[in-house]
Amino acid sequence: MQRTVVGQRKKRYDGLAHVTGETRFVDDVFIPGTLTVKVLRSQVVKGNIRRLDTSAAASLPGVEGIVTHKDVPNNAFGLVPDQPVLAETIRYRGQPIAAVAAHDERAALKAIDQIKVEVDEEEPVFDPQEAMKPGAPKVRPEGNCYMYGEHPCRKVVFGDVEAGFKEADHIIEGEFRTNPVEHAPMETQVSLAVPEGKGRLTIYTVSQSLLFHHGLLTGILKMDKDDLRIAGLAEKALHDWKDDVHVAFRSGTVGGSFGAKNDIHADHVTALLALKTGQPVKWRWTREEETLYSTHRGGWHIRIRDGVKRDGRIVARQVTSIRDAGAYSALNTYVVDKHCFMVSGPYSIPNVYVEGYCVYTNKTPSSSMRGFGVFPATFACEMQMNKIAAQLKIDPWELRLINAYREGDQTPTRRVLDSVYLIETLQACAEKAGVKLPDRLASMTSEKREGAA
Amino acid sequence: MPTLEFRVNGRDHRVEVEIDSTLLEVLRDKLRITGPKAGCNTGDCGACSVLLDGILVRACITNALSVQGGEVITVEGLARSGKLHPLQKAFHEHYGSQCGFCTPGMLLAAKALLDQNPTPTVEEVKEAISGNLCRCTGYVKIIDSIMAASKEMSKREAG
Ligand code: FES
Ligand code: FES
Repeated sequence: MQRTVVGQRKKRYDGLAHVTGETRFVDDVFIPGTLTVKVLRSQVVKGNIRRLDTSAAASLPGVEGIVTHKDVPNNAFGLVPDQPVLAETIRYRGQPIAAVAAHDERAALKAIDQIKVEVDEEEPVFDPQEAMKPGAPKVRPEGNCYMYGEHPCRKVVFGDVEAGFKEADHIIEGEFRTNPVEHAPMETQVSLAVPEGKGRLTIYTVSQSLLFHHGLLTGILKMDKDDLRIAGLAEKALHDWKDDVHVAFRSGTVGGSFGAKNDIHADHVTALLALKTGQPVKWRWTREEETLYSTHRGGWHIRIRDGVKRDGRIVARQVTSIRDAGAYSALNTYVVDKHCFMVSGPYSIPNVYVEGYCVYTNKTPSSSMRGFGVFPATFACEMQMNKIAAQLKIDPWELRLINAYREGDQTPTRRVLDSVYLIETLQACAEKAGVKLPDRLASMTSEKREGAA
Repeated sequence: MPTLEFRVNGRDHRVEVEIDSTLLEVLRDKLRITGPKAGCNTGDCGACSVLLDGILVRACITNALSVQGGEVITVEGLARSGKLHPLQKAFHEHYGSQCGFCTPGMLLAAKALLDQNPTPTVEEVKEAISGNLCRCTGYVKIIDSIMAASKEMSKREAG
């Protein structure tokens, strides 16, 4: 059979438009009469707004509209709906307080300068370990750890970890930290909201999660879902309102995201201002805003304790991971979930106990980035494997091969695996790396564990 | 408001500009030539790169009036009578573009190089694009694309 996709190198479907400059990103869409948006961000880290006066700003020439928390129909959004679009309670420096739509950037910036805000400051907390201590300043009234049901952490419990430790010949511990990382897409957050009459609205968005964001936005705006169209691909979206709401979703033209455009950063603010002024409004974040105030990969602190047999088989793994979520949940609860599900690695460990904490601090909210918490899990897990190999003087390839999942093994989340190819993949890697594996490793297969019937 | 007269991609333009307008603002907001992108507006990323009288400049930190009487080439001016420039073809064929946001600026940085030095070494290519950030490709495919275009162009030259 002639294969047309598998094994073929395909050109990008939009590649020609990229090299000719025809690709239209959101910032390349111009609607006559579009106003420019600027946002007042809190200079204070934590506190409650005592006074917020926009009257002087509103009377400046060129200013068409200002919105504050009072203008948001439902001022709490997110997977866990805990984040305000515009804050009344400040939880991190840089949090948006008010937004201005004006004829040009100069007028918008002048207006931002004229907004008077007074905040009753409170003591913040920055370090997740500090935030977890009893008596720590509260980032959120409910507490500084997200509650997974009854528990202040996500738990994964498989087998009996204590029994596993007893059975082990060695206990090997590791502690790992990862820094926050900014996605830095070349295209910053951009949003263009256009009122379409009859209360309808179109938003040209850089979102990488159109359906999810459509739901969040109609929730914030208390809008009928049929009245909001969000368009990711600016090209064709201009003229085709249809009765069927599904046409509202188009796959996006996104100037890089890496997870930075999984959370709403700008569309809620432009929507509010477009509805308030009745005019199209565009907000393009500066590079500085993108770097400081967009979501990022949050920092982690991961502790692993392994029970290992003399021959290198890992028989117990206990993990405590702490995720710095910043001030709001964003997608962090899911990030912690995935981390906990993956932190035992692609290894068959019969006794596993994981606790993953999603901890709030007074910092810019973190969220998804390429792998939702799996990358730090893998980093810690593989560093730990190297540590075990060094301590037991076992070849690191061998340690991985003897612990690798085999066909039919069960993961700590109770999934029975099929189509397992880790051993074959490692063998291929060894070959590419010019590493000659001894026969007993080169002859292993994922079909079954050696020695087993 | 002062008037700016200049040429963009072979066409004459006459526009009123503020004295502190940048070339990027004039191209994008007044002329709606949107190939050059605003990635930073502070001269750091190269997404706004264009050729001014054959020299690579960052439009976001080029004062518009300083371009008086000049000739600007943007990505829109690279193809000739519907035929892609070899660099455009090579970027498409060698996966030099992913999200595409850096591509217009990157192509002009590459053109500025090949116009001066038609057969650069890999090191010279790296040097030439060192002011243009790309977050997607990891640069290897971009360098491959530029080397491929250079080869293609010298072949034509010879043939
Ligand atoms: S936009 Fe000009 S260098 Fe980044
Ligand atoms: S292709 Fe996305 S930034 Fe270069």
